[in-house]
Amino acid sequence: MATAIAERLSATGQVNALELRGVTKYFGALAALSDVTLSVRPGERRAILGSNGAGKTTLLNCITGDFFPTSGTIRFFGEDVTTFPAHERIRRGLRRTYQISLLFGGLSVLDNVYLACLGVSRGRFSFLRPRRGDPLLESARALVHAVHLDAVADKKVAELAHGQQRQLEVALALAGAPRFLLFDEPAAGLSPAERGELVAILNSLPSHIGYVIIEHDMDVALRVVESVTLMHEGRIFKEGTPAEIESDPEVQELYLGHRHAA
Amino acid sequence: MAAVRARATPSADAKYEAARTGGIPAAGWLLALVLVMMPAIASDFFLVQVFGWAFILGTIALSLQFLAGYGGMVSLVQMTVAGFAGYMVAILGTSGLTQISLGWPFWLAVPVAILLGVLFGTVSGALAVRTAGIYTIMITLAIAAAFFYFTRQNETVFGGFLGFNGVRAPVFWGIDWRAPVPFYYLCLGWAAISWGLVVWVARAPFGLALQGIRDNARRMAALGFNVTAHRIAAYAFAAFLAAPAGVLLTWLNGQIAPGTVGIGPVIDILVIAVIGGLGRPIGPFIGALLYVLLRLFAMDLLVALGLSGQRFQLIIGLGFLLTVLFSPDGVLGLWERWIRPRLVGRAGGGR
Repeated sequence: MATAIAERLSATGQVNALELRGVTKYFGALAALSDVTLSVRPGERRAILGSNGAGKTTLLNCITGDFFPTSGTIRFFGEDVTTFPAHERIRRGLRRTYQISLLFGGLSVLDNVYLACLGVSRGRFSFLRPRRGDPLLESARALVHAVHLDAVADKKVAELAHGQQRQLEVALALAGAPRFLLFDEPAAGLSPAERGELVAILNSLPSHIGYVIIEHDMDVALRVVESVTLMHEGRIFKEGTPAEIESDPEVQELYLGHRHAA
Repeated sequence: MAAVRARATPSADAKYEAARTGGIPAAGWLLALVLVMMPAIASDFFLVQVFGWAFILGTIALSLQFLAGYGGMVSLVQMTVAGFAGYMVAILGTSGLTQISLGWPFWLAVPVAILLGVLFGTVSGALAVRTAGIYTIMITLAIAAAFFYFTRQNETVFGGFLGFNGVRAPVFWGIDWRAPVPFYYLCLGWAAISWGLVVWVARAPFGLALQGIRDNARRMAALGFNVTAHRIAAYAFAAFLAAPAGVLLTWLNGQIAPGTVGIGPVIDILVIAVIGGLGRPIGPFIGALLYVLLRLFAMDLLVALGLSGQRFQLIIGLGFLLTVLFSPDGVLGLWERWIRPRLVGRAGGGR
């Protein structure tokens, strides 16, 4: 698996993992995104910060194809995927998690991960049931282990604690051979201990897998990324390293909400 | 991620497999035995008009149960798919309407009719899958209604108002398949195969993914599934169950006419599936048996009570209403919630 990714990386050369040019999204007359231009290198880990309504989740939805931008182009490892349906982008190695867990509550943890593995395999339409030692089932088990959910693997997802559901969200995004991940507030509603576990999972990802993370919690966000993009009212407001962003007076004023409080 | 590969214990594997396959309980084997031995105890009338008809309607309703229960798509086009295949076997094979029927031998006419039925179901599905909820019901009902009126008005291919009569099950392997006992086994055979296929597919990757799409289509797309293609494939599979049942229905009646694919029968399939229970593949057969018994005997019962025999539809309608109100998961749900716990309790112990 790792070699396949290395081959693809060398084949793509120095092409950016994500390349957004002038992405704009209108909901009726409301501009949720205005002229967003953004590039992220392969393996780069980037946080997107911003207040509620800054357009962070809309941006993620446009990148994964949950819906299409009104204008602009989106390239994924050099390929123009602007008009691709979501499943085509996923099959090319893009993955995401959702802000509010979108899981299959009636199925077991293992079946949830199994579905994720199936989605990026060739057996999607198979009428043959998985047998002992089935490679997909094995990789599903490995993922359940990777996000520390072995103990509840056979439990129905609806019975899981919130924190465990967030961990499962991450497992679904890691299925198959991901090349780039999008995390939408993975730490939302987690306890401090669970946050620590999440940071450990994020930091244990292979270094060639880059990601974009939306996160309100600076403690989580700034501990796992090397660059930060700050969004405000559907536009990109600032870009820089975590240290630059943290010390920027304009950012402090905006992000800490002084202007809004006034 | 290769670094985090887990060693699964054999016991966990075995448990997982058992949960996936699910054994057939003893009661199931007993039921199978009774159904196979039925010709020894039941009259010809019961074999064909009660059980034969119930198996056929049950299989068509099963194709709806598969789409609605596992796919979340309430399709009213399943009776039409069956009727289309029934029409095709009359048109391609032999019937009393010799100026239309092509007179193909049954071994060619039947497979081609089923294939065309599957094609019809797949195309209907392709039209319906981009809609959801009530709109799926509306569009499939529209297709069913359009086909009904088309068959009634088209004289040159579909034989107009009267349709085709004299469509008979063939004779081969030295067996006359229109005779009651062979025909009973024919219907039982296809019903059993269809039931087994649905049970199997529900736990196969295709069926699991379909249930995932039912629960959360957006997430399935974000996992790499082509939701539209998957749904259309489900319609094709459902049509593959319903189309042979439609051929059997034509043989049972000896004829096919617009009345077979009218709005009434189309709705009846939904009623059967709901009364029986959409939760499990056995539900539609329970619903079909109840429906057939009501259709055949409610009239006598009403007349005995001094009411008009025409009111049997009222009884079916009331049954539907009571089911929807008091047991939305059908007779099957009633069994699961009320009767079985009591039986198990009385047997002393309970699990």
